Amino acid sequence: MKQRTLLKLAWQSILKNKMRTMLTMLGIVIGVGAVIVMIAVGNGAQSQIESSISSLGTNLIVVSPGATAQGGVSQGAASFNRLTTADAEQLKLDGTTLAAVSPVIQTRAVVIGPAGNWRTSINGVSPDYFTIRNWSVSSGDLFDDTDVKAARKIALLGATVANSLFPGVDAVGAQIQIGHVPFTVSAVLEAKGQSATGTDQDDVVLMPYTTAQNRLSGNVRLGQILVSTFSPGDIPAAQSEITDIMRNSHRLGDSPDDFTVANQTQIAAAATSTTSVMSGLLAAIASISLVVGGIGIMNIMLVSVTERTREIGIRMAIGARGSDVLTQFLVESVVMSIMGGIGGLVAGYAGALILGHFTGWSTAVPVSAVFIAVGFSAGVGVFFGYYPARKAAALNPIEALRYE
Amino acid sequence: MIAADETAAARAVIEVTGVTKVYTMGTNKVFALRGVDLTVRAGDMVCIMGSSGSGKSTLMNVLGCLDVPTSGHYLLDGIAVEGLDRDALADLRNQKLGFVFQGFNLLARTSAVENVELPLLYDREKRWTDPRKLAVEALGRVGLGERLDHQPSELSGGQQQRVAIARALVTQPTILLADEPTGNLDSHMTVEVMALFQELNAQGITIVIVSHEPEVAMYAKRVVEVRDGQIIHDDPVTERHDAAADLLALGKIDPVLVTDAQPVPVAAA
Repeated sequence: MKQRTLLKLAWQSILKNKMRTMLTMLGIVIGVGAVIVMIAVGNGAQSQIESSISSLGTNLIVVSPGATAQGGVSQGAASFNRLTTADAEQLKLDGTTLAAVSPVIQTRAVVIGPAGNWRTSINGVSPDYFTIRNWSVSSGDLFDDTDVKAARKIALLGATVANSLFPGVDAVGAQIQIGHVPFTVSAVLEAKGQSATGTDQDDVVLMPYTTAQNRLSGNVRLGQILVSTFSPGDIPAAQSEITDIMRNSHRLGDSPDDFTVANQTQIAAAATSTTSVMSGLLAAIASISLVVGGIGIMNIMLVSVTERTREIGIRMAIGARGSDVLTQFLVESVVMSIMGGIGGLVAGYAGALILGHFTGWSTAVPVSAVFIAVGFSAGVGVFFGYYPARKAAALNPIEALRYE
Repeated sequence: MIAADETAAARAVIEVTGVTKVYTMGTNKVFALRGVDLTVRAGDMVCIMGSSGSGKSTLMNVLGCLDVPTSGHYLLDGIAVEGLDRDALADLRNQKLGFVFQGFNLLARTSAVENVELPLLYDREKRWTDPRKLAVEALGRVGLGERLDHQPSELSGGQQQRVAIARALVTQPTILLADEPTGNLDSHMTVEVMALFQELNAQGITIVIVSHEPEVAMYAKRVVEVRDGQIIHDDPVTERHDAAADLLALGKIDPVLVTDAQPVPVAAA
């Protein structure tokens, strides 16, 4: 039989039992819909994490102090800090794949403003820092290399700090005190929101690293050096280049690295692997309802085969082979389940939107959901339609014709 | 057991020799056919008669390639049927046979023309290019050219049986097999259907009818009587009735009275 004839036949049979078919399809609609909603939730969570990781900076590489060992016992990360501003300057000078390099001097201090005080992190950085972290100001100006050289006492306030010290007022130009040292607010930074780990990225004050070193921390050691590359493809090359330059300038010889180089993809991979396990688990639970829907199809197809025993007998008497009957019933169950799958796609998409609207979760239905919906439902149709179809094909034409 | 003299020259389309059929019911063996020999030649119109349990239905199933004999030989249009598998039997039914059943056996909620084109759709030899056109022609041949899109429930019993006959004819089968074709019809419709069979037979179609009704037998050319799984009589019909003429007569008088008044010529000698 031609494919078109088979499809027409399946369609006619579905039309003859509209209510029954719709109820059966509902099982698949719910199953596919549930899977899609779960995928959308998992996918949304993942893309949220990815975007918050990329808010850390573009093509970011983090150089941090390494671990040391005394008598074979590791002292843990950052136990032996030999990172200096000289390292940062060396990387900036020698690096060929490095687009921007900024030392980061980290300390904490109380910031006193006209409306009160606020304890926060102080980061001493270079102008490259703003490129690396893709950060701009909401008012005021960034500083440049002359400000670094002059170690000017200027401070750039994160949005959280600006809101607490200058509620409702533009802070630019105002005087503040950071650890007894007077500073001029030169800019308020754009709000960046929470980081992937949940810390407030706007609860910070930035200033030239020379100022931070001279006026506040008094420490020549750096918390970390941030580096960005020109493109994501440069990251591996840049990592080995950084390692070479650092080993060279630290004169390490055969000793192990006294620093660690990590890139953003590694950080991202760790964070996303957790969510992908979660979303996989959710989808697996949802797919149970798809199996239940499939059992519904099998049930109704078995009823249909019994009801249509006589029809099967007629078809066989006039020359239908067993395989013709098998195909006919299989096409019918597959058409039914694919229709359910398409319905489930629509229901799942709507469900994801509604869920996102009421819970505030970010949900995203991926394009692959279309293939998942159609593929899975077709698979269910074949799997659960095969047994009833085979039963129909195995009927004896004489008995089938006599069936009342 | 040889065909009547006037058709002896024609090609044999059915050649059954020594066919038996045994059903095993638990430990009992039921002999439905105990050695049947039958030859039907092209152009014949045979009525197989017998009471229920005589084995005529089993013979019909064997002739219709719905069942295979336990032993013996069956040549259908020169093809040996014994030993064929299910698929080969299905193809043989599609290509060589046209079936007409007692209960019409049309697909419900399916239009007349779709019912008729059904066997064409199962053809594997790709003999037909335009099933719809052939189905329309076949319905025209049985006088239902005006009722193409009617569903079985919208047709009378006689019309339904004519749709079934059109379905049997549409593949241009070697033989038309009719199993109690008038069993569900009143006497007027019976004569109507028999007139159609006679007309088709006159056009050269070989027809085998299984029936227990003597009214049917008198329109055939030859009557074969089966009892206890064996053929006990095989004779040509001497006073063959013309169904078309009977139909004309019925048109004038109350059909029920007329049928009751009919003489009942049976083939039994």
